[in-house]
Amino acid sequence: MTVSFAIIAILTIASAIAAMTLRNLVHCALALAGAFAGLAALYLQLDAQFIGFAQILVYVGAVAILIVFAILLTGGSDPAKQPIFSSGWCIGAGVALAVLGVLVWALRSSHTINETLPDVSNTSVRRIGDQLMTKYILPLEVIGLLLTAALIGAVIIAMKEEKTK
Amino acid sequence: MSPLFTYLVVSTFLFVIGLVGALTRRNAIMVLIGIELMLNAANLNFIAFWRFSSHAEALAGIMFVIFSIAVAAAEAAVGLALIIAINRHYKTTDVTQMDSMRG
Repeated sequence: MTVSFAIIAILTIASAIAAMTLRNLVHCALALAGAFAGLAALYLQLDAQFIGFAQILVYVGAVAILIVFAILLTGGSDPAKQPIFSSGWCIGAGVALAVLGVLVWALRSSHTINETLPDVSNTSVRRIGDQLMTKYILPLEVIGLLLTAALIGAVIIAMKEEKTK
Repeated sequence: MSPLFTYLVVSTFLFVIGLVGALTRRNAIMVLIGIELMLNAANLNFIAFWRFSSHAEALAGIMFVIFSIAVAAAEAAVGLALIIAINRHYKTTDVTQMDSMRG
């Protein structure tokens, strides 16, 4: 475990905790963007350069901004007077603790953990593009169709309804 | 601790933090943010396992994460549009008050 990994991991987890616990929703969105940027740095450390920059473009650039737009459009920018956690929060926390227990148990009992870092030399964007245009061409087309349909659907859902006579 | 193990620990923490937020926050936008965090934790797992596998040249993990990011972007767009539409009808984003279908 290197020092840079430790710093990035602690920053990412701290911003994720801040994003989930802060009272002001705009601060939450800002902390979320920090967590996304930390994750992008982790991807860069894992030699996945394309994914790292796609993460910054899509999440920090688009999703975080979209969330800020939604917060401002719903008027949630001023801190709420009522408690930020719902009344059944102890049940939710219990479920999350149970999931944490299962995940920790699975991590501790796994034996297939590879100790050494294999050498990857052939992960250039050119190779990713080649693969996307040959082996993964059908999923690529499907994902394009899905994105088009989802964005048209989002615009229609969020559009003001006209009064029907 | 092996390097892969530390990445899995970070991903576990991110997933559980997102789950706590999605299950306990009142605001619907915060629930969506929690779901985004959980999706990102899964992506980190994909990349970590891809990097430490012995068949990294197949790029399967990278491809999976590319499609996962695209699906997550579509999900965020539709989810936020739904929240805006609900806010226009009920004047609230509090998930505990959206109970008009409760029996």
